[in-house]
Parts: sequence; structure tokens; C-alpha cells
Amino acid sequence: MKKSRRDLIDWIFKQAFKAAGLTAIALLGGIFFMLFYNSVSFFMHINPLDFFTGSQWDPDYHYSILPLILSTALVAVGSMIIAIPLGILTAAFLSELASKRLQIILKPLIEMLAAIPSVAIGFLGIVLIGPGIAKLFGIQNGLNALNGSVLLAIMALPTIITISEDAINAVPLSHREASLALGANRWQTLFRITIPAALPGLLAAVLLGLGRALGETMTVLMATGNAASIPHGFLDSIRTITATIAIEMGEVPYQTTHYFALFAIAAILFLISLLINMLGEYFANRLRKFHA
Amino acid sequence: MKKLLLNSFYLMLFLGSTLVVCLALGIILWDIFSKGLPSLSWDFIVKFPLNGMTTGGVFPAIVGTVLLTLITTCFAVPFGIACAVYLNEYAKPSILTNTIRASIRNLAGIPSIIYGLFGLALFVKTLQLGTSLLSAGLTLGLLSLPYIITTTEEALKRISNSLREATLALGATQFETIKDVVLPKALPGILTGVILTLSRAAGETAPILFTGVAFYISGVPHSLHQEFMALPYHLYMLSTQHNAIEQVRPLAYSTAVVLILLVFILNMVAILIRIKYRTQD
Repeated sequence: MKKSRRDLIDWIFKQAFKAAGLTAIALLGGIFFMLFYNSVSFFMHINPLDFFTGSQWDPDYHYSILPLILSTALVAVGSMIIAIPLGILTAAFLSELASKRLQIILKPLIEMLAAIPSVAIGFLGIVLIGPGIAKLFGIQNGLNALNGSVLLAIMALPTIITISEDAINAVPLSHREASLALGANRWQTLFRITIPAALPGLLAAVLLGLGRALGETMTVLMATGNAASIPHGFLDSIRTITATIAIEMGEVPYQTTHYFALFAIAAILFLISLLINMLGEYFANRLRKFHA
Repeated sequence: MKKLLLNSFYLMLFLGSTLVVCLALGIILWDIFSKGLPSLSWDFIVKFPLNGMTTGGVFPAIVGTVLLTLITTCFAVPFGIACAVYLNEYAKPSILTNTIRASIRNLAGIPSIIYGLFGLALFVKTLQLGTSLLSAGLTLGLLSLPYIITTTEEALKRISNSLREATLALGATQFETIKDVVLPKALPGILTGVILTLSRAAGETAPILFTGVAFYISGVPHSLHQEFMALPYHLYMLSTQHNAIEQVRPLAYSTAVVLILLVFILNMVAILIRIKYRTQD
């Protein structure tokens, strides 16, 4: 009798743990359904063609995602132009050149950078980077795409550095030894052997960093000036998809076209970040297989 | 000569990049702390905002953030640990297991503002919880789940299989093995992951924007169904929406200091646990 009670408890908890595991699928499914369901309501009112090809985001009259997507892309590309070289060079420095003692000092610094809340970085964009940009380029207002790019680069850096470093560390030592034994110097080995061998991992790092930059809300909301029009350059004020949702969702009446429109742009953002994350995962897995 | 030049050029390139990254961190901390610390005082921490937020402190925002993080913990930690236990202790390689793992990886990549929308649609509207501490806490809990699952699974993986086999061989059921041997042994690792995740959740703003945070409430929330103030949102409002922005700038700086200190202290605790645990092994 006692044994069967223990078995029953064992069985109950097994099912409970399994149920918890299944919630992960349910949660992703739920988010997908919520976005899809509300987007369908939106596209019942608005022609999808106008949504993707129009040029104005002017709620109640024009719902075009184009200026928002271009803003998001501009600020994300800008951040990657800054963060990719810095991140990969820093990762290479950490894993290939720095001494053990230097590594012990530098790694916690990068963790600290990752820990700073996005709203604090956005605040810095307002009080420090913004005025700096305004002075540098002689313009009135430093709240623009360039500002957002600098801040997003700072936020993406820890992700890029950490994953790149893992990728470079994962390159077998024998590769480097073989190259050095053939007479290549330290730099030739690094540029022509180690980095190419780590390439899938570096790509994964960049893609996951990009995913982080695309989905960031508070920094771009605070530092890019909030102008929902098609941007022409890095000195234009912009408004990303995330910032638009953050600003407008608080004020919009429940279940109006405008309300549904915000879910529709969120659905597009969801699909873009899903795609980028899956690509990142794909490259990360290729690296794992390559070294297995 | 050319070789030497090239050598130092490359070294400068790599060292320079690393220095730029460190410099970024240095500038952030220097700017915020040098301007925020002078106006930071004990009063700032324990007092309510006064005179339309132009003087006074951030006490209700600190209380709000702490309460919010507690709700997030109560919801996300048991769920996350249970899910990790299932993946690491029970699940066999199958399509279902792979789907769960893929879902978790994708959940971790979803922008936080989309969790905010989901929280609004599910907790605030569908479940009729309203904009409240509970809705916001649950939303942040969902956001934290994938991180807690991943870090817990890492901690479980480090427990050697011989320990499980020994316990099972002594006649314990699988659940007893997990409850009495695996989880206690993995506790420090789990705790580290949980605290790091919570420090992230405490600094999040986007998911609580439409699920319950308020610019100002009088008093501290005393029920789960009330709106609340939170440190990150307070900083956002002080630096962008206040009608006397220049006048409240010192307050904004001090709020940033309090927020960053809170997050760093949580991180420090996690790192200390990690160090203690590593030396124990």
C-alpha cells in the first residue's frame, strides 16, 4: 500500500513537470495566436497593400508600416556597423591575445555592461549622446537615428562579444598549431585560420546581437526623436516599430482599428525577430556540428 | 621594420576596440554616478515624491519595483524550474522535446514590448485583471521564463549522473531523487540564474507600460489589483515626459543611480553565490 502511494506521487509529479514543459509551447503558440488574431481584425479594415507600400503612419487616416520598418532597419544597421567590428575584435582580443589575468578583469566589465537597464542607456542618449551629436554636426536636436545606433550598439555589444568569444575559443588548438608550424605568424593565423574557422559562430553572434537591437524599445523610444516619417539619413529623427507600440498603445481605445494596427506591426516585428533568431540558431548549430 | 609596424598596428586595433568597449561602460557609469550621487541621500530613498515630482524621493517606485519582482519570482521560478526538470530529467529525445526546446529559444528572442502586448491582451483584457501589479508581474514572469529554464537546465546538467543512479539504486523513486538529491545539489546554480534573470526583469520597462505601471500614485500599493510606480518607468517619465524636465534632471540622475545600484547588487549576489559554489566543488 505504501509503495503504491509513492508510485502515485511519482506519477503525479512526472505529469506536472511535463505540463510545465508543455507551457513553453503553449506560451509561444499563445503569443503567435494573439498577434495573428488581432492582425486579421486589422486587415479586415485596411488593405494589406496600403499597409506595406504606403508612406505615412498617421493613425486614423493612414496606416503604413513602411516608415516604421525603414526606421527600425536604419537604426539597427547603424548599430551593427558600430558593434560588429568592435565586438569581434574585442572577442578576438579576449580569447587570443589577453592574458588570463586581463581576462578576469575584462569579462565582469562586459557582464556589467549587459546588466545596465535599457532605460538608463536611453537616459544617457538624452543627456549625453544627444547633445554631443548636436554639437558635432551643428544641428538643433541630437535625438536621431545616429544616437539610437550608438546606444543600440552598446546594448548589442555584450551579446556579440560573449558569443563570438565562445566561437573563437571553440576552434581547436590544433588548427592554430598547424598554422604556426607552417610558418604563419600570429596575425596570419588569426585572420586566415582562427577567424574563418569560427565564422558560423561569429555570424550567430551578429544575428543574435541584431535581434536584440531590433527588439529594443526604451532606448530608441527615448533617444531617436519619434518622427514617424520615412528617414533620409542618420541625422533624421525616426520612430521604430517598438517605439510606436510603446507610445500609442497607452492612449488608443480598446479594439479600434488603431488598436489592431499596433498588433499588426507587432506581428511583423515578431516575424522578423523570429527569422533572425532562427538563422542565428542555425549558424550556432552548424558550429557545434563542425566541431563535434 | 615593416613587420614591427604591422605588428603594432594589429595590436593597436584589437587593444583599441577592447578599450573603446570599456570606455563606453566607463562613460555611462561616470556620467550617471558623478551627476546622480550628489543629489542622492537617505531622504531620496525613503521619501515620497513632492510638489509634482520636483522634490522628494522615489520610495514608492522602489517599493513598486520590489513588489513587482516578488510577483515575477513567485510565478516564473516554480514554472521555470519545473520545465527545466522535465527537459533534463524526464524528456527523451523526441519531436515533442525538440519542439519545447525550440519554443524556449524563440521565446527568449521575442522583443519585450511584444510580451507587453501579450500581457495586455491576456491578463489585463481577457482575464480581466486590469492594469495592476498582478498583471505586470505575470507579464514579466512570462518574459523571464525562458531565461530561468535555460539557466536551471545548465545547473541540472552539471550534476553527475552517478548521483542519480546511486539514489535510484537505493530504491528511491525518480521524483524522490529529484526532490531530495538533484535539486538540493543544483540549488546554488539555479539560484545564480534566477537572481540574474530577476535583475533583468527589475530593469525592464516595455512589458509593464500597458499592464499596470503608473506615473504617480499616492501611497504604496497594498493590493495586487492596484497600479504601482516602478523605478525604470519613473526614470523614463522624469527624463522625457515631465513638464519641467531641466528642473527634475538631478532627480532623474539619482533615480538612474538607484536603479543601476539595485541591478548591480542583485548581480553581485549572484556572482558571490557562483564563486562560493565553484570553490565548493
